[in-house]
Amino acid sequence: MAKAIARPGEVLDGFTLVEPLHRGGMATLWRVTHPDHTRPLVMKLPLILDGDEAGMIVSFEAEQMIMPRLSGRHVPAFIASNGIAERPYIVMEHVAAQPLTVLVEKAPLPADAIAQVGSAVAMALHDLHRQHVLHLDIKPGNILIRPDGEAVLIDFGLSRHDHLPDILAEETRLPIGTGAYIAPEQVAGLRSDTRSDIFALGVVLYQLTTGKLPFGNPAGGKALRRRFWRDPVPPRAINPTTPHWLQEIILRCLEVMPADRHATAAQLAGALRYPERVALTARAERRQADGWLTVLKRRLRSGKLKFAAPDRVGGRLQEAPLVVAAVDLSESQFELAAALQFTVGRILQISPQARLVCLNVFKTSRLGVDHMLDASGNSIHLQRLIELKDWAHPLGLPEERLSFHVLEAPDPAAAIVQFARINQVDHVVMGARAASPFRRYLGSVSAQVVAEAPCSVTIIRLPERAETEDVASPG
Amino acid sequence: MRLGILADIHANREAFDACLARLEQENVDRLVFLGDIVGYGADPVYCADRVMAFAQNGAIVVRGNHDQAVLDMREGMNGVAKAAIAWTRTQLDPAQSAYLAGLPLTATLVDILITHANGWAPGDFGYVLTPRDAERSMQATDVHLTLCGHTHVPALYHAAPLRPAQYFRPVNMVPIPLSGRLRWVAVIGAVGQPRAGSPNACCATYDIDQRRLTYLSVPYDVQSAARKVREAGLPDILAERLLKGR
Repeated sequence: MAKAIARPGEVLDGFTLVEPLHRGGMATLWRVTHPDHTRPLVMKLPLILDGDEAGMIVSFEAEQMIMPRLSGRHVPAFIASNGIAERPYIVMEHVAAQPLTVLVEKAPLPADAIAQVGSAVAMALHDLHRQHVLHLDIKPGNILIRPDGEAVLIDFGLSRHDHLPDILAEETRLPIGTGAYIAPEQVAGLRSDTRSDIFALGVVLYQLTTGKLPFGNPAGGKALRRRFWRDPVPPRAINPTTPHWLQEIILRCLEVMPADRHATAAQLAGALRYPERVALTARAERRQADGWLTVLKRRLRSGKLKFAAPDRVGGRLQEAPLVVAAVDLSESQFELAAALQFTVGRILQISPQARLVCLNVFKTSRLGVDHMLDASGNSIHLQRLIELKDWAHPLGLPEERLSFHVLEAPDPAAAIVQFARINQVDHVVMGARAASPFRRYLGSVSAQVVAEAPCSVTIIRLPERAETEDVASPG
Repeated sequence: MRLGILADIHANREAFDACLARLEQENVDRLVFLGDIVGYGADPVYCADRVMAFAQNGAIVVRGNHDQAVLDMREGMNGVAKAAIAWTRTQLDPAQSAYLAGLPLTATLVDILITHANGWAPGDFGYVLTPRDAERSMQATDVHLTLCGHTHVPALYHAAPLRPAQYFRPVNMVPIPLSGRLRWVAVIGAVGQPRAGSPNACCATYDIDQRRLTYLSVPYDVQSAARKVREAGLPDILAERLLKGR
């Protein structure tokens, strides 16, 4: 492998090195230009240190394998790369964003700010998981926040693509990750659970809330295993202004067993976005870390902890989909609402981990003269919510799998599509009103949702009734 | 150069044709046959003739235990396999039998070992079923990649120097870059008698220059292949296996 030192003005495969931007432990980042590319670019040049090449090379290879397969707003766009046989590099889009480390330095932050940034990172993680990739090194330095608040994840040197062999597995006997953020199952050598990233994000949320690290910054296998039995000091014990819901969310992320955490990053994002809907448990009330006897018991049992490797990443996400039922509550559509309820019930039966959002769109006038109260002075919004709950009641879903939203919008279809996009909904189920000349001119809500939704859409339609007048009487 | 890789055709004409059509779409330059061209299925003559024709045009072909058994039945085959070979012998002409039984056990192409079963003792036909087996195979050779079949279940193993081998279950149509720093054993899965739980025929492509391996799962007319097995009077379980893919 070539060990050339990069210099400004040097040209590598058409990329001109302009200036070094950052020198990290594993690589240097250079601003580069290329005649074929107008957007700002960075080149990552792995540092080649004598005697310690294996770790650098393997993580460079992992990143080179994974980055070209990623797309979307939550990762830097991949431009080009060159293998370790020659002069290794990766060129990617330069993302104009601020690292989360800047916010961590300002901790403790207000709860609403933490919820906002936390849900942005969780959405970015969910997008990554949907692309079959586990990050496995989530920490403030690997998270960028764009000026519009969206999160971008960087550095895939420890990542795992679920459809490719894991070239980092068994590369070393030591756990692969960053001591402060690594999940217990990763410490145990498992690199295939999306919920490991949820744990690491929980550490980041804890840090933003308290200014402290929940498990310190240990190194080495033994010190890392301590998190198997030693629970963190509850955030409220450090920062008493922490709301109960935030402590509930953070401690759930930090559960030792992945099954006790949020099932998907999308569910975590939903909890952070709608704190009032977070179901509070004993976690929310915890005032101090567990006493020595409890911890000792856990420690003695910790040898028996079994972290099961889940099958494929995609499988987990498909098993826990977010389903939206867009319900038309008008009296004329009573039968359609019943048919919708039947189909939604079937879908929930097939996917026992699915969560359901019942959505009703209250159409507001474009002119802005809206009467939010009905003739008797009752809130229409509240009335819709009551009717929506009544519609969902026969489905018999427990509270944690169910939520209700009444949206107010002039364009119901656009509102449903936007809701699906923001919440990374997997499936929209809705009714279509019967065809009529009127609808042919105006277009239907369901047709617009089908055309524009970023996910699967199922349309429920009542069977057409046979028309009798044209039937000739048998003669 | 792009290789099209086929293992364990086992006289299944329908599966063989479907894989060939698929590999043609993938623009492969050269075919590699990992042995067991006959045995189990109802079309040994067709399959042997086509492979012989491909071999004349530069295809690489190695011998499997069923090919060998056409002339030389040894211990170790189960009753069903023996019955199928006995029937196969009645179908093949002497030239076909001599060709199959006379195939080499291994071939080498650049840094790739091509063999039916394993790299440690190709003539013993031991299976690569675990990471430990894959390590044994890697230790016996110095190649970057070993291509083999025999188990009828697709699998990919890799190992870093002095580290234990890792198993990976390949995903249909996802190109896998095979790092030059690691050693690899690729078990391709069977064209003609798949056993990974899907009736689809298995094959693969390998881009030698880019070192990219892509496993393929190819649907084919399983019903016809199974019907022909029954019509030939072969053991019924061979037809059932095709339908189940187990």
